Amino acid sequence: MQEKVKGEPGSEFEYIGTRPLRPDGVDKVTGRAKFGADLAMAGQLVGKVLRSPHPHARIRGIDTSAAEKLAGVKAVITGADFKEQPSEFIPAGEMMINYKDVVRNVMAREKALYEGHAIAAVAATSAAIAKKALALIKVDYEVLPHVIDAAEAMKPGAPILHDDMYTAGVEPAPKTPSNVAKRIEFVLGDAAAGFKQADVIIERDFLTQPVHQGYIEPHACVASVSEDGQADVWVSTQGHWVVRAHCARLLGWDIGKVRVTAAEIGGGFGGKTVVYLEPLALALSKKARRPVKMVMTREEVFRASGPTSGAHVRVRIGARKDGRIVAAEAELKYQAGAFAGSPVQPGCMCAYAPYDIENVKVVGYDVVTNRPKVAAYRAPGGPISEFAVESVIDEIAGKLGIDPIELRLKNAAKEGTKAAYGPKFGPIGMVETLEAAKAHAHWRTPLGKNQGRGVASGFWFNIGGETSVSLALNEDGTLSLTAGTPDIGGLRASLCMMAAEELKVPLDKIRVQIGDTAQLGYNFLTGGSRSTFSSGMATVEAARDVIKEACKRAAKLWELPEDAVEFNNGSVRPAGPNAGKHTPMTLKEIAGIAGKTGGPIVGYARINAHGAAPSLATHICDVEVDPETGKATVIRYTAIQDAGRAIHPSYVEGQYQGGVAQGIGWALNEEYIYGADGKLQNPGFLDYRVPVASDLPMIDTVIVEVPNPRHPYGVRGVGETPIVPPMATVANAIANATGVRFTELPMSPPKVLKALDAARASGTAKM
Amino acid sequence: MRYEAPSSLDQAVALLAQESGEARVLAGGTDLLVQMRTDLVDPVLLVDIKGIAETRQIKEEAGGFRIGAAVTGAELKEHAKLRSTWPGLVEAANLIGSTQVQGRATMGGNLCNGSPAADSVPALIAAGAKASIVGPKGRRDLPVEDVMLAPRKLALTKGEIIASFLLPAKPKGAGDAYLRFIPRTEMDIAVVGCGVCLTIDSGGKCTAARVSLGAVAARPLLVEPAATALIGTKIDDAALKKLDAAAQAACKPIDDKRGTKEYRIKVAGVLARRATLIALERARKG
Amino acid sequence: MAKHHVTATVNGDEVEFLCETHETLLDALRDQLGLTGTKEGCSTGDCGACSVTVDGRLVCSCLMLAVEAQGKSIGTIEGVAHGEELHPLQRKFLEHAALQCGICTPGILVAAKALLEKQPNPTETEVRYWLAGNLCRCTGYDKIIRAVMDAASEMRGA
Repeated sequence: MQEKVKGEPGSEFEYIGTRPLRPDGVDKVTGRAKFGADLAMAGQLVGKVLRSPHPHARIRGIDTSAAEKLAGVKAVITGADFKEQPSEFIPAGEMMINYKDVVRNVMAREKALYEGHAIAAVAATSAAIAKKALALIKVDYEVLPHVIDAAEAMKPGAPILHDDMYTAGVEPAPKTPSNVAKRIEFVLGDAAAGFKQADVIIERDFLTQPVHQGYIEPHACVASVSEDGQADVWVSTQGHWVVRAHCARLLGWDIGKVRVTAAEIGGGFGGKTVVYLEPLALALSKKARRPVKMVMTREEVFRASGPTSGAHVRVRIGARKDGRIVAAEAELKYQAGAFAGSPVQPGCMCAYAPYDIENVKVVGYDVVTNRPKVAAYRAPGGPISEFAVESVIDEIAGKLGIDPIELRLKNAAKEGTKAAYGPKFGPIGMVETLEAAKAHAHWRTPLGKNQGRGVASGFWFNIGGETSVSLALNEDGTLSLTAGTPDIGGLRASLCMMAAEELKVPLDKIRVQIGDTAQLGYNFLTGGSRSTFSSGMATVEAARDVIKEACKRAAKLWELPEDAVEFNNGSVRPAGPNAGKHTPMTLKEIAGIAGKTGGPIVGYARINAHGAAPSLATHICDVEVDPETGKATVIRYTAIQDAGRAIHPSYVEGQYQGGVAQGIGWALNEEYIYGADGKLQNPGFLDYRVPVASDLPMIDTVIVEVPNPRHPYGVRGVGETPIVPPMATVANAIANATGVRFTELPMSPPKVLKALDAARASGTAKM
Repeated sequence: MRYEAPSSLDQAVALLAQESGEARVLAGGTDLLVQMRTDLVDPVLLVDIKGIAETRQIKEEAGGFRIGAAVTGAELKEHAKLRSTWPGLVEAANLIGSTQVQGRATMGGNLCNGSPAADSVPALIAAGAKASIVGPKGRRDLPVEDVMLAPRKLALTKGEIIASFLLPAKPKGAGDAYLRFIPRTEMDIAVVGCGVCLTIDSGGKCTAARVSLGAVAARPLLVEPAATALIGTKIDDAALKKLDAAAQAACKPIDDKRGTKEYRIKVAGVLARRATLIALERARKG
Repeated sequence: MAKHHVTATVNGDEVEFLCETHETLLDALRDQLGLTGTKEGCSTGDCGACSVTVDGRLVCSCLMLAVEAQGKSIGTIEGVAHGEELHPLQRKFLEHAALQCGICTPGILVAAKALLEKQPNPTETEVRYWLAGNLCRCTGYDKIIRAVMDAASEMRGA
């Protein structure tokens, strides 16, 4: 069941809110669409990476001579083929990056910092020869002790990964290096004083494991560098301008010499906002003077591309007996993997964001460990902290005897609420999603034996960013829209609809494509739930630019001043006192006279999209727990979320459902399993257990619409918020069914059964 | 790596017996290809047995069935008589992997892959199946529970292949079932697997039983004390309790990424009870 | 070591290619025959993105050697549509928005087509269990299942 609240489909709009077929759909259902690994260039070589078998080791030397001599090997590279980069933090989407770390992550320099860390790479005429060549590379490792848990890494005496890491944000600054890259703090009011007013205080510790984005398409690219240094990259990525910038920087080339084309992308969820293979493929191609294709195996994806953090989280919340939260604290220790840069900052910012609390203190630590460097994963950092907070809120509701939705309503953030992380909110949909949850049939349906129900809310702030779009009016009146944010799940449909809404032309008269980096000005990547918001805003601006130009051309033809011509109902016509003096002209007719009235008509937008607004959600979940095996099955799920305005409701629903599925996997079964030897034991889909079709029920959705006043159509990003509530929603449901509160993820059957048996022994179990 | 596709058992045996390097039998390939890709095994010779008639046929024989070792799970499911006679066995073979895997995977491969967690093996053992083995010295039949000795270690000598499985005539009043525990609903290796076959008389008393556990020891087990707990009873709660305890006692599991020792032991008891009840219901109907 | 020369039928057309023993059917389809619609997601038979049919049987092409394709009739995503006419499954996937990134879509369409040829009236549970070997990370499966059930209904003339 999919429903909408506020804003009937198509009532005020012709296209917005309807469900047309996506323009890129036919290629995708016929196998014609080309993804990262689907391109083959004439003469291409196969590139393969040699990866560290050790979680922590000094690299004393690398001898590639035997590999270079092997027949069929055309190029070999190591860290020495990349220039050193100074340390400098740069914003990249919702995370920060440091090129000193990036150059080391794509290829190790002094140290191997995780099992799977790239040490060298070869390009050869076949995969078999490349594989043989890797085996011929001799690496002299000095194996070092390793540390893979964040709490262990913070202890004195832990093996140090970077001897130039001195914790930032600590006064006085430390004199010895550690594994804590930074400490951050967000404070509102006085939490210590606030707790004194509380009638009930609950404090809990939580532990989560790293989980991978789990995109079905492994990283893949083809790179080709010609003798004059012009470089082309074909890659499945969430941001090809970002790929261009990283590669140019790491290789020391002019940005303008590198052209990156975004292939169709088989899932990213944040994991494809960084570079792994592209700089390697370019370096190899330059050396070999032939195109080089590189595709990760599934094992490499797990071993060497960023999952998200695992974390230790402590949450302490105090409330009065009327349910009002008077103080809230959290301490978050997030694992960054081998280099600094976990999403602890957004984790801190989001923790209490759905609520209006006067006294908040959130402290976060970014901790490095000998594991792959984390990359963004759908609302990076948010699901972890909000899992902990929403679980404690559930406990407080239980302790006070207040309905968990009522408790949240009593404390809900609204327009004007000041968030602990700084801003005052504009209109937001927290209350609306809670009310919709309360009113939903799911909340009232009776439960059966061994079943429990949970509810939880979630917040993500969403971003805007630099965006360029071009919209050409073709000679026959059709339009070519070129945007620059890769389409990861339906964007082209939404852009087409927004353009059609502005221009009043049928959808099939607009062809949308994602252009390469040479075709448009800069576009920041698809991430932060920004593409419908930002490229949409830019598309609208470009469409209005076309309309303005069309009016200008008609004015010229009709010898009227420019402001005497208007666009109405798909036609250009004289306005006001001149109305009726000339026959209105359609855009098609204007296109026909473009040449003689000044030249081609192309609308542009080049913006830094501001005004992105948060998306709030409330989810309800029913689980059934097998009392003898501890297996929890999700039997019903409803995701209610504020989309601002759903341009294409089917793709908005799809985001809700997809995020929920990932969240359920994170809650129940997904985790990186390491041995004490620091090596990953489950680098494959057999034992890294993502939900399969038979694991899940239908996922019902409710689209709430509290329009974002700063977007022409009221759009809020929706892609990330859906993954935020599920872990707590499921944990709260399991607590409701079993009487046992789980604070460690995943809640896999052995853990559930063990806890259930302990609760039975102490008389607190409900089953 | 050489690839040979002989059309007779003698040819296949000769190829394997004569190969001095690492040779592997290729049936469904659903384990072998994965192991080759991850460099766990690097054969110089692959002997594809799917062209050999006996390995691909299901025939009624001596009141029972002779099932070719290279018959796929999907094909087992499509054989109406086999499915209605031995539903537990057919279900077990069709729990392996996915629909796609069941389109290729075979019971011969499932057994010879040498994993204690193989899904079809406890069901074969419970049914009293024998492996019909052909080698340089001729043919011999071995109870399935004696084929696997330890992980990746089989009681086959060089050149021997399992050509088919012999299922005995199913007694009147018998029923079989196989259950496994996995964390998801599909696609996982069994954390515990349990196959049960039991026979009841007209009075509802259990006269024969075989209980087999997988994934709880170095090889799939035939648990005689579990059978003893059932035989002579009407499979009441007391009998099931004894069965549970006997199943738990037989386990010698490991801790690994799929389950802990204590969890496997507990769940072995749970599955033994549940599989017994399904087998009982089938026995009553049949 | 000389390569194997394989002749087979793919989507009704006779094809031939050369392959080494270790190459999979997936490798041959994508690299020898240029049919890149079938995808590689894991190469261990755990994701289903490489699903094809072999003599009508749904299999993972990453779990079959290319040389085993000799004389067989292979069906890939490229053969699901009937010339210019999309298969009802393809149409329903578009109508129901049953794809987001689309990488799993070819495998799921081939798998769903095989299901409906065998069982024209599946329940929701039957569809889910049949497709358990096809991972999708984007959609949560909801719209996929609805699209398959709707296509089944249309194909039954219901």
